[in-house]
Amino acid sequence: MANGRRSVAQMKPGEVAIISELEDDILSVKLMEMGCLPGATIRFNFSAPLGDPVCISVSGYELSLRLEEASTISILN
Amino acid sequence: MQEKQLKIALVGNPNSGKSSLFNILTGLNQKTGNFPGVTVEKRTGFSKMPDQTTAQFIDLPGIYSLYPRSLDEQIVSEILLHHKSPDCPDVVVVIVDATNLKRSLLLVTQIIDLGLPTVLAMNMMDLVAKAGISFNLIALSEKLGIPVVPINARTGMGVDQLKKVLSQEVSPSTKVIFPVFDEAKSGVEELRNELGIDNNYEAYQFLQQPTSLSFLKAQERIFIDQVKEKHKFFPGKFHGAETVQRYGFIQNLLDEVTLEPANENRTSQSTRFDKILTHRIWGYAIFFGVLFLIFQSIFAWATVPMDFIDGLFASLSNYLNDVLPEGPLTSMLAQGVVPGLGGIAIFIPQIAILFAFISILEESGYMSRVVFLMDKIMRKFGLNGKSVVPLISGVACAIPAIMATRTIDNWKERTITILVTPLMSCSARLPVFTILIALIVPDKMVWHFFNLQGLALMGLYLLGFAAALISAIIIKLLINVNERSYLIMELPTYRWPKWSNVGYTIVDKTKAFVFEAGKIILAIAVVLWVLASYGPGDHMERAEEYVLQESENLRLTEQGLEDRVAAYKLEHSYAGILGKSIEPVIRPLGYDWKIGIALVTSFAAREVFVGTMATIYSIGSEEDQTTIKSRMRAEINPDTGGPRYTPAVGFSLLVFYTFAMQCMSTIAVVYRETKGWKWPMIQLVYMTMLAYVSAFIVFQSFS
Repeated sequence: MANGRRSVAQMKPGEVAIISELEDDILSVKLMEMGCLPGATIRFNFSAPLGDPVCISVSGYELSLRLEEASTISILN
Repeated sequence: MQEKQLKIALVGNPNSGKSSLFNILTGLNQKTGNFPGVTVEKRTGFSKMPDQTTAQFIDLPGIYSLYPRSLDEQIVSEILLHHKSPDCPDVVVVIVDATNLKRSLLLVTQIIDLGLPTVLAMNMMDLVAKAGISFNLIALSEKLGIPVVPINARTGMGVDQLKKVLSQEVSPSTKVIFPVFDEAKSGVEELRNELGIDNNYEAYQFLQQPTSLSFLKAQERIFIDQVKEKHKFFPGKFHGAETVQRYGFIQNLLDEVTLEPANENRTSQSTRFDKILTHRIWGYAIFFGVLFLIFQSIFAWATVPMDFIDGLFASLSNYLNDVLPEGPLTSMLAQGVVPGLGGIAIFIPQIAILFAFISILEESGYMSRVVFLMDKIMRKFGLNGKSVVPLISGVACAIPAIMATRTIDNWKERTITILVTPLMSCSARLPVFTILIALIVPDKMVWHFFNLQGLALMGLYLLGFAAALISAIIIKLLINVNERSYLIMELPTYRWPKWSNVGYTIVDKTKAFVFEAGKIILAIAVVLWVLASYGPGDHMERAEEYVLQESENLRLTEQGLEDRVAAYKLEHSYAGILGKSIEPVIRPLGYDWKIGIALVTSFAAREVFVGTMATIYSIGSEEDQTTIKSRMRAEINPDTGGPRYTPAVGFSLLVFYTFAMQCMSTIAVVYRETKGWKWPMIQLVYMTMLAYVSAFIVFQSFS
């Protein structure tokens, strides 16, 4: 695997990963309240027909995010 | 002796079944009002408790956390944090979707820390059982220090038990789940001493978000800012750390109380639905199919009850005219108040149908998918996926549509949505469109399938929609605010809508429209009546003499004379004078002073156009549209000698009515929603200019 940082925005449908870090200070509080915490398991479900927003599963439910927000969520490779 | 009534607030995540629980608890014994100062709807209701007392329930908007993201969420934090207010609830019932316990518990722990007596209602326990999970509720109750009651808000199971728990004394939890950080302690202490706040977390919240708590007085805010500075309080940093700490607690708690691990197949059915409903072709096809169904029902099926209501008020007006003694009071009742009330009642069928659809779409979980599908497209126009709902609602009436923009958390996107929504052709334009199209578009079929008049009508709706999108782009470029826009939205599991909830929504929204918008429409109807019934000089009193003098040689029937007198009166009334004074301005659009009167009166509400036309062309009964139509068709333009309503004039009027902001109630709602005159005035000016310029271009290029 490449050593670069990966984010939720780069995940493929069906892929499962673990959140490593939330990069954006302002968004991170909102994302954490919605259950996107460092260490949580996240699954990329599908993207909207135009590629944006995307649907993920986290903390046992489905959440939609824009790619812009998804790219602030770093994942462990 | 009147016992103190127990005030119970229902709080929970969106889609947790909060409204279902509220409906079961209160039945039809509920009313909708507004929270003071804002238009966020406040639903309150009453319920008999097991000990024979009556308790008051308040249904608060759905929230994920005490840190609000949008305006309607803010109201919840305000109510729960203002412990000294008379509105502060005695008990808080937090309802959670038990299938989604982890995220729901975040809010539960925050509310427990506020020190208010709290009860946890675990909804959807049947689905949890189906998924093979079970919770140790006794342990959960012990760990949280509050009563826990399993319920099913769809069937009503467990609600009696909940009431029983509520009617006993509920005391605040003795547990503190999140003790405020050590660095924040000194500030919290100082604030508590100074402002007399009785709870650490409440004081901590004051320090965290004073700007979203509107009940704080100016000097209290200044004091809070001083405390923040003095004790180096960093709201952003603390907020994130608090959430992490709470989730740490929640994870430990869940590990202890969960008896069977979740299996991951729960959402599989929803995912199957999403494969189709968010498909790149089927997703949009189905969405447009749904839209088509909504329009079809608003325009085709609603006409039957609307015609009935129309006829009812017309006969009531005639009846009053006949039985009451002649005089200004009768005239005001029969020509001002009753038609005014009729003008409100006639929209009830369309509003009821529209909200039936919106409620079904929201209840089933489909509305979130619409937002998901449309977000990228709408963003290009400076809007938000969530703008779709107001824009669709705008087809029925801009008033509820503008109120529906509260869910948009981004200020700029919300403001743009508010500004462009009235360009969507609302149902009040429909009577105007119908009569003008019938006048200038031939009733012919094209390709044996499409009716030319129907196509013209559809064209006008599309024109309004296109104008809304184009205006949105322009406003987006003009509003220079760099506020971060984001969309972090739950996609709830698909569920079959609960029909009683749909019914309550219809009753609720219709009532809100009738009373909120109704007040303004009625007041305007009376003002219009005054303007059209009185005028300077003696022309009004002696109208009949003047008409007789003018028309000595014409053998008028009694009805003909009456009609002419009415027309004469209108011409010399204040409204008529107003019409004549704006004639120079509207002449380039192809209009004369008579149309001018209609424009002036339609400024209050567009649907008045048809009634005004009827009065101007002196037709006794305004209900008879064919007569108005034939009278308008026969009207001669003295300048050209040809008909007044040429296609050029007709299209110019149609375009004017499509774009112009002619609705006082909308202006009033925009004023309330944006808290000032700035945006409603901008809206009025830009829409009127758009209407004027477009109508000018249409008239000049057609004639």
